[in-house]
Amino acid sequence: MKKVGIIAVEQTKFEAARVESGFSDLVFETSGPAVKKAGLTRDDIDQIVTASQDFWDGRTISNFAVSEACGSYLKPESKVAMDAAMAVFYGLARILSGAYKTGLVTTHCKMSQGPQNVIYNAVFDPMYQRQLGLDFVNAHAFQARAYMEKYGVGPEQWAEVTVKNKKNALKNPKAMDGRELTIDDVMNSPMLADPIKELDCMPVSDGSATIIMAEEETAKKLCDKPVWIKGFATYMDNYYFGDRDLAEVGALEKSAKRAYKMAGITDPKKEIDVVELTEFFSYQEPMWAEGLGLCDRGKGGDLIKDNISTQDGSLPINASGGVLAGNPHTVAGMVRVIEACNQLTGDAGEYQKDGAKTAVVQSTTGPCGQSQCVMVLSTD
Amino acid sequence: MAETEKMVFDGKLDINYKYASGKVTGKFYDEIEENKKIFGIKCSKCNTVYVPPRQTCGPCFTTMEEWVEVQPTGVVTNYTIVNYAEPLIQPMEPPYAQALIKLEGADTPFIHLIGEVDVEKVKIGMKVEAVFAEEKTGNILNIKYFKPVE
Amino acid sequence: MGRKVAIVGTGQTKHKARHSDMNIVELINQAVNRCLENAELTINDIDAILIGNMEHFEGINLSDMWASDASGALGRCGMKITTGGSTGTSLSSAAYYYTASGLFDTVLCVGWQKQNEGDTTAGLVSATDPIWERASFAGAFGTFGGAATQYMMETGLTPEDAAKVAVKNKRHGRLNPYAHLHLDISVDDVLRSPMLAYPIRMLDLCPASEGACAMIMTHEDNVKKVTDKPAWISASVCRHDSAFTGDPPFFLDLRTLRSAAKEAYATADIKDPMKDLDIIELYEPVTWAELSFLEALGIGEGGKVGELLAQGVTSIEGSLPVNLSGGVLCTNPIGATAMCRVAEAAIQIRGEGGERQANHKVNTALATGYGGNWWSDLLILKSSL
Ligand SMILES: [Zn+2]
Repeated sequence: MKKVGIIAVEQTKFEAARVESGFSDLVFETSGPAVKKAGLTRDDIDQIVTASQDFWDGRTISNFAVSEACGSYLKPESKVAMDAAMAVFYGLARILSGAYKTGLVTTHCKMSQGPQNVIYNAVFDPMYQRQLGLDFVNAHAFQARAYMEKYGVGPEQWAEVTVKNKKNALKNPKAMDGRELTIDDVMNSPMLADPIKELDCMPVSDGSATIIMAEEETAKKLCDKPVWIKGFATYMDNYYFGDRDLAEVGALEKSAKRAYKMAGITDPKKEIDVVELTEFFSYQEPMWAEGLGLCDRGKGGDLIKDNISTQDGSLPINASGGVLAGNPHTVAGMVRVIEACNQLTGDAGEYQKDGAKTAVVQSTTGPCGQSQCVMVLSTD
Repeated sequence: MAETEKMVFDGKLDINYKYASGKVTGKFYDEIEENKKIFGIKCSKCNTVYVPPRQTCGPCFTTMEEWVEVQPTGVVTNYTIVNYAEPLIQPMEPPYAQALIKLEGADTPFIHLIGEVDVEKVKIGMKVEAVFAEEKTGNILNIKYFKPVE
Repeated sequence: MGRKVAIVGTGQTKHKARHSDMNIVELINQAVNRCLENAELTINDIDAILIGNMEHFEGINLSDMWASDASGALGRCGMKITTGGSTGTSLSSAAYYYTASGLFDTVLCVGWQKQNEGDTTAGLVSATDPIWERASFAGAFGTFGGAATQYMMETGLTPEDAAKVAVKNKRHGRLNPYAHLHLDISVDDVLRSPMLAYPIRMLDLCPASEGACAMIMTHEDNVKKVTDKPAWISASVCRHDSAFTGDPPFFLDLRTLRSAAKEAYATADIKDPMKDLDIIELYEPVTWAELSFLEALGIGEGGKVGELLAQGVTSIEGSLPVNLSGGVLCTNPIGATAMCRVAEAAIQIRGEGGERQANHKVNTALATGYGGNWWSDLLILKSSL
């Protein structure tokens, strides 16, 4: 694969409700600085990919709203209606096709503006599922339970994830919900849909994120430390929960395998320095870590105890605070990319992992991790 | 300069939808409404019996045509108790039980509700049977819920 | 540059007002299966599925997830790309880029819509700014009415000229078994049809359809194994416009299309579009749009496009047929509409147009997509590169 580098990144400070900012304001808050950081102007951006969701925005053709804000008017723009990491993939494909040298990928979401459970209920098909009251939280309770039953893992381990990530976020000025919690705080938080409790869930937040990417020569010319996209893969799992074993992570394992192969990674446990993954719920961090091959199946919960995935551990996972510290739907995966880039360029501030050279990003769209994607980033 | 007022505008998307069920889902509902029977559909290639029935077997990418009657009884393979209220979308008053239920004769469990039960007592492996709605609902609530079998 | 890419198969459902015998995913599945059949491939030959629609039209959030079994995305890369009316061309271009990039060898893209399961105008009004524009935006009709009035004033073209577009495209549509409307109409019929928003009458406007359209693309080393009549992608260009509906210059000069055409003509070595193009499939949501958009493509500029139409140049018998499929005026399942344009261009190059096949050999075909706020996509296909 030819090399494509990420040469600038920007994210908003995430907040529970950005009342003063519309979608375009939020996008411009990251697209403008990102273009400047890259040493470019709007004229230098060959193509734009946006990621947003009409349902969350309450707006048909939700990319319509951000044309000026991302500089896409009279330019080739397209919208990926999935997690924004998939928009990075499309931006990458457009550059690898040879049609473009540079690209801006941006995403936005304001969860504060709509009824989250009602919006998610519309994910479930009107034939067999929608009238059953399924939403984001209670649907994922099935996966949490399946994981618990099959691998003997449990809510105490997941509580450690919440404690770790909210604490990690205290060092991240962009994170929304950094705080000191105890395992008891999490275990005593209201039970929403057994076994998922309130503090197991991502909080509601608003924000946007932008990256600028470029093909090898342009990237090297513009940037001292481009972050190269070395591998990327994505696979889709079954839709109906009964059609798959919810405790398994087949689509993620396949994505990881292919992305690692592209990047030449043979031993992920040793060759990866930092991981940013998309844990909408605390149980997902160990589950996705297992799918990424960072430990054996069912052993994801030990990564914190063994001081591996902690902020100062040997393989930090979500040193930034992750999605549990507050990143909205769709934007979440892009923030993972940005946090991974910051680690690789040495810009992760107080939570910098020294000498990080290779990072892995995971993101997901759809109920219970139906669509998965894995990206390998490296400074080499 | 005075501080600008932050304003929030109300908006609402209120659209009625009329979903065509297709023939497969249509038969599934007809059998429930007319005959109080539950049918699955079988893939001729991998022999999986899918409940609820749909036209395409995803893994084989075949069009399924063979109907298989399954029992209105089955077991709970997974569940959750919903403790919060979301009146716009919820079919029951919380706390209520949502479960994956594998009917006898089916290979795939499907999501439904458990009624007539103390939610504390719902567990994996619990035997349940379908309680059909007295009147047509035109949706999956044609099965009102599943209740525990003694 | 990346790898060369060709369309090696197309498939679509019959487009009609209501597919009451198929649900959403079954409709998608029919187009996908017909496409595989046309390409003589199986789903196992496909590496990625790109899918799109307009979500609020059916009220399905993350609709690609429910469709994953039926679209073939299960166990593969599945990706959703949606850009409103231009979704179909956005998907076509994405399939091209993914294949050219080397990330995937063979990609299937499918656009779909079941417009009559919801409320098109309600779904569309929510595209506008909720604070500044939503209360006064009258759906597509209102915008097109104002735009057409302005265009008529500037060019001197008349409602009769526009009506001739409807007559031509409906005549072509009668030859296309997949087209939604099979209407036999005269200029008088158009001019007597109900006035919706001056000067747009009922027969000036596209219908609301249900349908799906799919295409398969593969790269140069693979093409020969699959087909002896590939439709190569020679250019793929996209231009979007501003966030407020009042900002772009509308029909007077569709600046997005003019800009796209300039780049695409350079890429595809089109010096004189009248001579170098064999057919055009144009995304014309109303009759007036065909006139205006052809001008933006450099055809019949200065209002001369009316004469070309009157002389039959753009009819099936003419030297540059426009919308042999019947166009959007006959068929409009929005998420599929723009892909139908590209698919028809490929069908004509592959000589699979049946009764609607152009009279002359089609070596170079141009297809456009239109959507959002006066956005344009443009693809040029060729029988050889
Ligand atoms: Zn099968």
